[in-house]
Amino acid sequence: MTANVAVITFPGSLDDTDALRAIEIAGGRAVPIWHSEKSLNSVDAVVLPGGFSYGDYLRCGAISRFSPIMENLIDAAKGGLPVLGICNGFQILCESHLLPGALTRNNHLHFICRDQKLKIENNSSAWTRDFELGEEIVVPLKNGEGCFVAEEKVLDGLEAENRVIARYVDVNPNGSRRDIAGISNAAGNVVGLMPHPEHAVEALTGPTTDGLGFFTSILKSLVNNGRVSA
Amino acid sequence: VGISKIIVNVHLKPEILDPQGRALLNALNRLGLEGVVDVRQGKQFVMSFDDEINDSKLSEIKNIAESLLSNPVIEHFSTELR
Repeated sequence: MTANVAVITFPGSLDDTDALRAIEIAGGRAVPIWHSEKSLNSVDAVVLPGGFSYGDYLRCGAISRFSPIMENLIDAAKGGLPVLGICNGFQILCESHLLPGALTRNNHLHFICRDQKLKIENNSSAWTRDFELGEEIVVPLKNGEGCFVAEEKVLDGLEAENRVIARYVDVNPNGSRRDIAGISNAAGNVVGLMPHPEHAVEALTGPTTDGLGFFTSILKSLVNNGRVSA
Repeated sequence: VGISKIIVNVHLKPEILDPQGRALLNALNRLGLEGVVDVRQGKQFVMSFDDEINDSKLSEIKNIAESLLSNPVIEHFSTELR
Protein backbone atom coordinates (compact mmCIF):
# COMPACT_ATOMS: atom_id res chain seq x y z
CA MET A 1 0.00 0.00 0.00
CA THR A 2 1.42 3.33 -0.99
CA ALA A 3 0.95 6.65 0.76
CA ASN A 4 -1.93 8.99 -0.04
CA VAL A 5 -0.61 12.52 -0.39
CA ALA A 6 -3.20 15.25 -0.84
CA VAL A 7 -2.82 18.48 -2.76
CA ILE A 8 -5.26 21.23 -1.75
CA THR A 9 -6.51 23.42 -4.58
CA PHE A 10 -7.65 26.93 -3.63
CA PRO A 11 -9.30 29.35 -6.06
CA GLY A 12 -6.24 30.71 -7.87
CA SER A 13 -3.84 27.86 -7.11
CA LEU A 14 -1.84 27.08 -10.23
CA ASP A 15 0.85 24.56 -9.34
CA ASP A 16 -1.54 21.96 -7.94
CA THR A 17 -1.37 19.81 -11.10
CA ASP A 18 2.43 19.73 -11.07
CA ALA A 19 2.39 18.86 -7.35
CA LEU A 20 -0.04 15.98 -7.98
CA ARG A 21 2.19 14.79 -10.81
CA ALA A 22 5.36 15.01 -8.69
CA ILE A 23 3.74 12.84 -6.00
CA GLU A 24 2.82 10.17 -8.57
CA ILE A 25 6.30 10.24 -10.15
CA ALA A 26 7.83 9.78 -6.68
CA GLY A 27 5.65 6.70 -6.23
CA GLY A 28 2.83 8.03 -4.07
CA ARG A 29 -0.90 8.18 -4.69
CA ALA A 30 -1.89 11.81 -5.32
CA VAL A 31 -5.25 12.92 -3.92
CA PRO A 32 -6.71 16.23 -5.14
CA ILE A 33 -8.80 18.07 -2.52
CA TRP A 34 -10.82 21.24 -3.13
CA HIS A 35 -10.41 23.90 -0.45
CA SER A 36 -14.10 23.99 0.48
CA GLU A 37 -14.01 20.38 1.70
CA LYS A 38 -14.15 20.18 5.49
CA SER A 39 -12.18 16.98 5.96
CA LEU A 40 -8.84 15.64 4.79
CA ASN A 41 -10.29 12.16 5.36
CA SER A 42 -7.41 9.79 5.93
CA VAL A 43 -4.61 11.18 3.78
CA ASP A 44 -1.07 10.58 5.02
CA ALA A 45 0.42 13.94 4.05
CA VAL A 46 -0.61 17.23 2.44
CA VAL A 47 0.94 19.64 -0.07
CA LEU A 48 -0.26 23.25 -0.23
CA PRO A 49 0.68 24.25 -3.77
CA GLY A 50 1.94 27.46 -5.30
CA GLY A 51 -0.11 30.02 -7.16
CA PHE A 52 -2.11 33.12 -6.42
CA SER A 53 -4.93 31.92 -4.19
CA TYR A 54 -7.69 34.53 -3.97
CA GLY A 55 -5.63 36.65 -6.36
CA ASP A 56 -3.20 37.45 -3.52
CA TYR A 57 -5.88 39.89 -2.32
CA LEU A 58 -5.26 41.46 1.11
CA ARG A 59 -1.98 39.58 1.68
CA CYS A 60 -0.70 36.42 -0.02
CA GLY A 61 -2.37 33.45 1.66
CA ALA A 62 -4.40 35.57 4.10
CA ILE A 63 -7.83 34.59 2.79
CA SER A 64 -6.96 30.96 2.00
CA ARG A 65 -5.91 30.56 5.59
CA PHE A 66 -9.62 30.74 6.47
CA SER A 67 -10.80 28.24 3.81
CA PRO A 68 -13.00 25.46 5.26
CA ILE A 69 -10.33 22.75 4.82
CA MET A 70 -7.81 24.75 6.86
CA GLU A 71 -9.45 24.12 10.23
CA ASN A 72 -8.92 20.37 9.84
CA LEU A 73 -5.49 20.89 8.31
CA ILE A 74 -4.21 23.15 11.11
CA ASP A 75 -5.36 20.68 13.80
CA ALA A 76 -3.87 17.75 11.91
CA ALA A 77 -0.55 19.54 11.32
CA LYS A 78 -0.32 20.33 15.04
CA GLY A 79 -0.93 16.62 15.63
CA GLY A 80 1.98 15.62 13.38
CA LEU A 81 0.50 15.31 9.87
CA PRO A 82 3.28 16.09 7.36
CA VAL A 83 2.50 19.28 5.42
CA LEU A 84 4.63 20.91 2.71
CA GLY A 85 3.74 24.45 1.64
CA ILE A 86 5.37 25.56 -1.59
CA CYS A 87 5.50 29.30 -2.43
CA ASN A 88 1.88 30.41 -1.92
CA GLY A 89 1.54 27.31 0.27
CA PHE A 90 4.44 28.61 2.42
CA GLN A 91 2.64 31.96 2.66
CA ILE A 92 -0.54 30.17 3.79
CA LEU A 93 1.41 28.24 6.47
CA CYS A 94 2.86 31.51 7.81
CA GLU A 95 -0.54 33.20 7.76
CA SER A 96 -1.90 30.16 9.67
CA HIS A 97 0.91 30.57 12.23
CA LEU A 98 1.95 26.96 11.68
CA LEU A 99 5.31 28.47 10.72
CA PRO A 100 6.86 31.66 12.16
CA GLY A 101 7.65 34.82 10.22
CA ALA A 102 6.05 36.21 7.08
CA LEU A 103 6.72 36.52 3.36
CA THR A 104 6.80 40.08 2.12
CA ARG A 105 7.33 41.89 -1.17
CA ASN A 106 10.68 41.08 -2.80
CA ASN A 107 13.14 43.75 -1.69
CA HIS A 108 13.74 44.79 -5.32
CA LEU A 109 9.98 44.91 -6.03
CA HIS A 110 10.21 42.77 -9.18
CA PHE A 111 8.60 39.40 -9.75
CA ILE A 112 11.45 36.94 -10.20
CA CYS A 113 11.55 33.69 -12.18
CA ARG A 114 14.83 31.79 -12.39
CA ASP A 115 16.49 28.42 -11.81
CA GLN A 116 17.77 28.79 -8.26
CA LYS A 117 20.56 26.98 -6.46
CA LEU A 118 19.75 25.92 -2.90
CA LYS A 119 21.68 24.23 -0.13
CA ILE A 120 19.86 21.64 1.97
CA GLU A 121 20.58 22.66 5.57
CA ASN A 122 18.47 20.06 7.37
CA ASN A 123 17.91 16.55 6.13
CA SER A 124 16.04 15.27 9.16
CA SER A 125 12.63 16.78 8.41
CA ALA A 126 9.81 14.67 7.01
CA TRP A 127 10.25 16.34 3.62
CA THR A 128 14.07 16.41 3.28
CA ARG A 129 15.44 13.11 4.61
CA ASP A 130 16.22 11.81 1.12
CA PHE A 131 18.83 14.56 0.61
CA GLU A 132 22.43 14.64 1.77
CA LEU A 133 23.17 17.28 4.38
CA GLY A 134 24.71 20.25 2.58
CA GLU A 135 23.59 18.95 -0.84
CA GLU A 136 23.20 21.67 -3.45
CA ILE A 137 20.19 21.43 -5.72
CA VAL A 138 18.70 23.58 -8.50
CA VAL A 139 14.94 24.11 -8.77
CA PRO A 140 12.78 26.89 -10.26
CA LEU A 141 11.96 29.93 -8.16
CA LYS A 142 9.14 32.31 -9.09
CA ASN A 143 7.69 34.80 -6.68
CA GLY A 144 6.76 38.41 -6.09
CA GLU A 145 6.38 38.11 -2.32
CA GLY A 146 9.15 35.75 -1.29
CA CYS A 147 11.15 37.87 1.12
CA PHE A 148 11.17 35.90 4.36
CA VAL A 149 11.17 38.14 7.43
CA ALA A 150 10.93 37.50 11.16
CA GLU A 151 12.17 39.14 14.32
CA GLU A 152 15.88 38.63 15.01
CA LYS A 153 15.17 36.45 18.03
CA VAL A 154 12.85 34.27 15.91
CA LEU A 155 15.58 33.92 13.28
CA ASP A 156 18.11 33.05 16.01
CA GLY A 157 15.68 30.44 17.34
CA LEU A 158 15.21 28.89 13.89
CA GLU A 159 18.98 28.58 13.48
CA ALA A 160 19.53 27.25 16.99
CA GLU A 161 16.83 24.59 16.56
CA ASN A 162 18.13 23.62 13.10
CA ARG A 163 14.84 24.60 11.50
CA VAL A 164 16.29 26.31 8.42
CA ILE A 165 15.62 23.62 5.78
CA ALA A 166 17.25 25.28 2.77
CA ARG A 167 19.16 28.44 1.97
CA TYR A 168 19.70 30.33 -1.28
CA VAL A 169 23.18 29.88 -2.74
CA ASP A 170 25.11 32.39 -4.93
CA VAL A 171 22.22 34.87 -5.18
CA ASN A 172 19.66 35.93 -2.60
CA PRO A 173 16.78 36.43 -5.05
CA ASN A 174 14.30 38.32 -2.88
CA GLY A 175 15.98 39.78 0.20
CA SER A 176 15.05 36.92 2.55
CA ARG A 177 16.68 37.27 5.94
CA ARG A 178 19.77 35.06 6.30
CA ASP A 179 19.21 33.69 2.76
CA ILE A 180 16.39 31.50 4.07
CA ALA A 181 14.51 29.59 1.34
CA GLY A 182 12.63 27.18 3.59
CA ILE A 183 11.93 26.43 7.25
CA SER A 184 10.18 23.80 9.34
CA ASN A 185 8.12 23.79 12.51
CA ALA A 186 9.72 22.50 15.72
CA ALA A 187 8.52 18.93 15.13
CA GLY A 188 9.80 18.88 11.54
CA ASN A 189 6.51 17.69 10.00
CA VAL A 190 5.50 21.11 8.61
CA VAL A 191 7.83 22.60 6.00
CA GLY A 192 7.50 25.82 4.01
CA LEU A 193 9.59 26.36 0.90
CA MET A 194 9.60 29.36 -1.44
CA PRO A 195 11.19 27.65 -4.51
CA HIS A 196 9.31 25.01 -6.50
CA PRO A 197 10.57 21.40 -6.31
CA GLU A 198 7.43 20.16 -8.09
CA HIS A 199 8.67 21.85 -11.29
CA ALA A 200 11.96 19.91 -11.17
CA VAL A 201 10.92 16.26 -11.29
CA GLU A 202 11.31 15.40 -14.98
CA ALA A 203 14.20 16.04 -17.38
CA LEU A 204 11.83 17.14 -20.15
CA THR A 205 10.42 20.15 -18.30
CA GLY A 206 12.65 20.89 -15.32
CA PRO A 207 16.15 22.32 -15.06
CA THR A 208 17.00 19.18 -13.03
CA THR A 209 15.13 16.39 -11.29
CA ASP A 210 16.44 17.56 -7.90
CA GLY A 211 12.95 18.49 -6.69
CA LEU A 212 11.89 14.87 -6.60
CA GLY A 213 13.82 14.46 -3.33
CA PHE A 214 11.12 16.32 -1.36
CA PHE A 215 8.46 13.90 -2.58
CA THR A 216 10.51 10.72 -2.16
CA SER A 217 11.45 12.01 1.32
CA ILE A 218 7.85 12.13 2.47
CA LEU A 219 7.09 8.67 1.12
CA LYS A 220 10.11 7.31 3.01
CA SER A 221 9.14 9.16 6.18
CA LEU A 222 5.67 7.65 6.06
CA VAL A 223 7.06 4.14 5.64
CA ASN A 224 9.61 4.67 8.41
CA ASN A 225 7.05 5.86 10.93
CA GLY A 226 4.69 3.03 10.07
CA ARG A 227 1.91 5.10 8.50
CA VAL A 228 2.13 3.00 5.36
CA SER A 229 3.89 -0.23 4.49
CA ALA A 230 6.71 -0.27 1.99
CA VAL B 1 -24.70 53.02 3.15
CA GLY B 2 -25.29 51.94 6.75
CA ILE B 3 -25.63 54.12 9.78
CA SER B 4 -22.21 53.68 11.34
CA LYS B 5 -18.73 53.25 10.00
CA ILE B 6 -15.43 52.02 11.26
CA ILE B 7 -12.10 52.57 9.59
CA VAL B 8 -9.30 50.06 10.12
CA ASN B 9 -5.83 51.29 9.18
CA VAL B 10 -3.12 48.69 8.68
CA HIS B 11 0.56 49.55 8.37
CA LEU B 12 3.84 47.66 8.40
CA LYS B 13 5.73 47.66 11.69
CA PRO B 14 8.56 50.20 11.70
CA GLU B 15 11.26 47.54 11.57
CA ILE B 16 9.80 45.87 8.46
CA LEU B 17 11.28 47.07 5.18
CA ASP B 18 8.62 48.71 2.98
CA PRO B 19 10.02 48.54 -0.56
CA GLN B 20 6.87 50.13 -2.00
CA GLY B 21 7.26 53.09 0.32
CA ARG B 22 10.89 53.36 -0.70
CA ALA B 23 9.95 53.39 -4.40
CA LEU B 24 7.39 56.11 -3.67
CA LEU B 25 10.01 58.13 -1.80
CA ASN B 26 12.23 58.04 -4.90
CA ALA B 27 9.29 59.21 -7.01
CA LEU B 28 8.47 62.05 -4.60
CA ASN B 29 12.08 63.20 -4.72
CA ARG B 30 11.95 63.14 -8.54
CA LEU B 31 8.73 65.16 -8.46
CA GLY B 32 10.52 67.81 -6.41
CA LEU B 33 8.66 67.45 -3.09
CA GLU B 34 11.15 68.99 -0.72
CA GLY B 35 11.89 67.74 2.77
CA VAL B 36 10.26 64.31 2.49
CA VAL B 37 12.52 61.71 4.11
CA ASP B 38 10.35 58.62 4.47
CA VAL B 39 7.18 57.08 3.04
CA ARG B 40 5.34 54.11 4.47
CA GLN B 41 2.48 52.57 2.50
CA GLY B 42 -0.48 51.09 4.35
CA LYS B 43 -4.01 49.84 3.80
CA GLN B 44 -7.35 51.25 4.88
CA PHE B 45 -10.58 49.29 5.29
CA VAL B 46 -13.89 51.15 5.66
CA MET B 47 -16.68 48.97 7.04
CA SER B 48 -20.29 50.14 7.23
CA PHE B 49 -22.82 48.67 9.65
CA ASP B 50 -26.62 48.68 9.80
CA ASP B 51 -26.61 49.66 13.48
CA GLU B 52 -24.50 51.52 16.04
CA ILE B 53 -21.14 49.88 16.79
CA ASN B 54 -21.25 48.94 20.48
CA ASP B 55 -18.38 47.69 22.63
CA SER B 56 -18.99 44.04 21.88
CA LYS B 57 -19.13 44.69 18.13
CA LEU B 58 -15.96 46.77 18.42
CA SER B 59 -14.15 43.93 20.10
CA GLU B 60 -15.32 41.52 17.36
CA ILE B 61 -14.02 43.95 14.74
CA LYS B 62 -10.67 44.18 16.51
CA ASN B 63 -10.40 40.40 16.53
CA ILE B 64 -11.02 40.32 12.79
CA ALA B 65 -8.55 43.18 12.28
CA GLU B 66 -5.92 41.15 14.08
CA SER B 67 -6.66 37.78 12.47
CA LEU B 68 -7.59 38.65 8.88
CA LEU B 69 -7.13 42.32 7.99
CA SER B 70 -3.61 42.50 9.40
CA ASN B 71 -0.82 40.00 10.00
CA PRO B 72 0.50 40.74 13.51
CA VAL B 73 3.88 39.27 12.56
CA ILE B 74 4.60 42.23 10.28
CA GLU B 75 1.77 44.75 10.72
CA HIS B 76 0.02 46.99 13.26
CA PHE B 77 -3.56 48.18 12.98
CA SER B 78 -5.59 51.00 14.43
CA THR B 79 -9.33 51.68 14.36
CA GLU B 80 -11.34 54.92 14.01
CA LEU B 81 -15.09 55.06 14.60
CA ARG B 82 -16.99 57.44 12.34
